[in-house]
Amino acid sequence: MAAPRNYQTQAIVIKQSKFGEIDKILTIYTPELGKLRVVARGACRPGSKLGGNVEPLTYSQLMLARGRNLDIVTQSQTIDGFLTLKSDLWLLAYGLYILELVDSFTVENSANRPLFDLLLNALHWLSQADSNEVVLRYFELHLLHHLGYRPELYRCVKCNSPLKPVLNFFSSSQGGILCPNCGQKDFFSRSLSVDALKILRLWQNCDYATARRVKLRSELSSELEQVLQEYIGYLLQRELKSIAWLEELRKMSLDNHGGED
Amino acid sequence: MSFVIEPLARAIEEFNKLPGIGPKSAQRLTYHLLRSSDEEAKALAEAILALKEKIRLCSVCFNITDRDPCLICQDKERDHTKICVVEKPSDILPLERTGKYKGVYHVLHGSISPAQGIGAEELKVKELLSRCQDKSVTEVIVATNPNVEGETTAMYLRRMIQPLGISVSRLARGLPFGAELEYADDVTLGQALDHRQEF
Repeated sequence: MAAPRNYQTQAIVIKQSKFGEIDKILTIYTPELGKLRVVARGACRPGSKLGGNVEPLTYSQLMLARGRNLDIVTQSQTIDGFLTLKSDLWLLAYGLYILELVDSFTVENSANRPLFDLLLNALHWLSQADSNEVVLRYFELHLLHHLGYRPELYRCVKCNSPLKPVLNFFSSSQGGILCPNCGQKDFFSRSLSVDALKILRLWQNCDYATARRVKLRSELSSELEQVLQEYIGYLLQRELKSIAWLEELRKMSLDNHGGED
Repeated sequence: MSFVIEPLARAIEEFNKLPGIGPKSAQRLTYHLLRSSDEEAKALAEAILALKEKIRLCSVCFNITDRDPCLICQDKERDHTKICVVEKPSDILPLERTGKYKGVYHVLHGSISPAQGIGAEELKVKELLSRCQDKSVTEVIVATNPNVEGETTAMYLRRMIQPLGISVSRLARGLPFGAELEYADDVTLGQALDHRQEF
């Protein structure tokens, strides 16, 4: 049976690039079809009917028509524009980081419903009042889980012995924790504190409502960030571009603080 | 066996590099030039040369110009206490056409795009901040595009400039002239409602 010429889907717009003078190519993430690249004709024109419905960080209902190469957006309706994210410098940076993670880890036309749900939830969590970087860490950990890179946190990935509450090691190349014995022999592993391991285990198994209640010291928070980003960097074999922007924002708020004192 | 006439082939190849010009259009343009008068062809060649030789960036506002500082920055009639920040030189033209703005400009040459790894360092932000150190500046109007990159840029500039005691404003967002409410997206319509004006 031939595929229908038109179809509808929900989609989160994760990337947008200009195509010609007035068209845009969108990268969208959908629940049933996974990542897709589609054309939004005339989206750069002021007063375009697609306009604001196809900006990155927008959850929309789209009607698509099969094109010869890429499918074409014919109608769109915003379900959630995540305005709280778009009107805050930090939240916007977090949101874009999450989008880039999804874009980098996924391939086109491969559905992953749990990942779509996680992405949508993460954007909602970010929109909640007093959200913070815990959303990013929780998202990273569960993204890895849904993609099959769930880090092993209970047994040494080398000798399979149960881990003790001591300073252990994290190995990006082996995707999990090494016991002190194996860790010291592995040049590429990094140390991981007992507290960090506890938090990772908790986050891996709890829901977000529980995860967000954890209060982190800043050292512990940056340790967790480094471990996860190293692992992600190893898997992707490159650094995400939006991390540089987060760093720049951090530097700016430090500078501003310095100025006020 | 093909006869390649070297100057002809070269001209076709060069035209072909221009946006929107395919091999056939390139041929047509080349033959047209061949038929046209010497003066016409020379005028085109000189215009192209002058474009690259004479045009540079204004050292104050970074707009493209043939003299430094540019005409707008030199103009004593204009209000130098207001700076309108735009993403690219071509954004100045439509703003000038409105005839409503009498201040000066600052061209960033891009917008902050975390997804493409473009941060404030890559833009003329530092230059804008040093212009803002001048005590006479009272208002910075951020006229970046109303999309994710433009918003990021606008919010970043606000954070950097407001502490200097300068008021920072943003172009209003709303319904374009000739639009239909039925098809307006929620973001724009919401903004239009929020910023509605008595009339």
